[in-house]
Amino acid sequence: MHRFANPARFLKIANAVLPWAAGLSAVCFAAGLYLGLFASPPDYQQGDTVRIMYIHVPAAWMSMFTYSTMAVAAAAALVWKHPLAEVYAKAAAPLGAGFTALCLLTGSLWGAPMWGTWWVWDARLTSVLVLFFLYLGYMALVDAFDDPARGNKAGNILLLVGAVNVPIIKFSVEWWNTLHQPASVFRLGGPTIAASMLWPLLLMAAAFQSYFFAVVILRIRAGLAARRVQTLRLGQAN
Amino acid sequence: MDGFLSMGGYAAYVWSSYGAAAVVLVGLLVLSLTGLRRVERTLATLEAAKPRRKREPKAAPAPTATPAAETTP
Amino acid sequence: MLRLILRDLRLVLRQGSDATAALMFFVLCVVLFPFGVGPEPNILTRIAPGVLLIAALLAALLSMERLFQGDFEDGSLELLLLSPLPAEGVAIAKVAAHWLVTGVPLLIVAPLLALLLRMPADQLGLLVGTLALATPLLSLIGAVGAALTLGARRSGVLLPLLVLPLYIPVLIFAAAGLDAGLSGLSPRPHLLLLGGMLCGALVLAPLAIAAALRAAHE
Repeated sequence: MHRFANPARFLKIANAVLPWAAGLSAVCFAAGLYLGLFASPPDYQQGDTVRIMYIHVPAAWMSMFTYSTMAVAAAAALVWKHPLAEVYAKAAAPLGAGFTALCLLTGSLWGAPMWGTWWVWDARLTSVLVLFFLYLGYMALVDAFDDPARGNKAGNILLLVGAVNVPIIKFSVEWWNTLHQPASVFRLGGPTIAASMLWPLLLMAAAFQSYFFAVVILRIRAGLAARRVQTLRLGQAN
Repeated sequence: MDGFLSMGGYAAYVWSSYGAAAVVLVGLLVLSLTGLRRVERTLATLEAAKPRRKREPKAAPAPTATPAAETTP
Repeated sequence: MLRLILRDLRLVLRQGSDATAALMFFVLCVVLFPFGVGPEPNILTRIAPGVLLIAALLAALLSMERLFQGDFEDGSLELLLLSPLPAEGVAIAKVAAHWLVTGVPLLIVAPLLALLLRMPADQLGLLVGTLALATPLLSLIGAVGAALTLGARRSGVLLPLLVLPLYIPVLIFAAAGLDAGLSGLSPRPHLLLLGGMLCGALVLAPLAIAAALRAAHE
């Protein structure tokens, strides 16, 4: 962990990783889109709408992945004053918000033809919606201070508070949902997922993941450069 | 090809999902890239300006007290 | 710590505006609902728990922005943090004062409003009990948000954005308990969960508040 703490060393590694991540993402997107849109069969129950899954499920996975890594980074920033951790959290937040928005949007577009409604107050939908609000809250909080260090610190505390709360929220809405309405039909296609659908799903998941790594490296570079700009400006002002 | 585009009658839902994904992913990528370019450009200008500024320190624009307080009766 | 609570209470009693404003807001918010949804008794009984809880939640939020702001601006917060009392203690004292000033009056007024909303009289005890568990939770969670947004630009908009998503579990369990009572079921499990959350928040929220207060002063 601490080997990557030095921004210069991190940049060296990140720049080596970047083309590979970008390339892998492009390849996986091409293969996943081909398999998902052309080569996989329509589902016997859901017809062609099942193809929405190849966007929806990876986006949902990434929304959770991004938040958990941000929370870990926030802990690292608060406890060990890890210089890169909060740059990472700040860089990843818009991506996480984007994935979450995508997950909600495609879920809505999937639900409209299959359930006959754009939205139900189902436990999963509700907890993902709350997760989206947490992302927005974090981004708004970090940007709300004239002193970026103060914003980062407040954001880190919020991320940890949210990390405690996300399981509680998830648990509470699941409970709330079963009290008020019967369990909704949340399942993937049939009883088990066929290999012809699993492959495009996994490829798209890999594509999303490598896309995330490529873009987050770009954003971390921008964040580090912004810090440098700030210290230079401070140096000039004095 | 027609069958592919119509997606078994669900074209509107499937294609808008993929469209939304494209917009979000490409949009975030473009925003990140332009942000990176902009920051790197300001950094370059700042670093180019740094040695010169060190030699002739800029006079701090000290905010002079406005005489408003004195003129008011 | 007790001295700090008493000092805050004295300050509020002298000014009096914040606490009464929150209370008036709660009353008006609840009174508006019959105008919005119509005066049918069945509907009012059905929505009464939710209306009361959401009004309580918004009232807590309304008074929350000022919780640390005054002390932050006049510098007394810095003195408090430098005092031998640990920052967590300061946090607990401030939250306790906030709850005594805004939560407790709510507990007294809520049964009267519940009657206006045609809630059956035998449910009033449950209502007060649920609010007694929920309002300190609202104060604790809200105080975390208030401490985090200290000195922020647009903190008035930011605070609800941060705090309202975190209020959802409180709202769900409190409403579930009241609904269970209305439909003749036992509200016990919901109240126990609410109590458990209160215990957890009593431990964790002061830590987060203290960390946020220290961050505000670096």
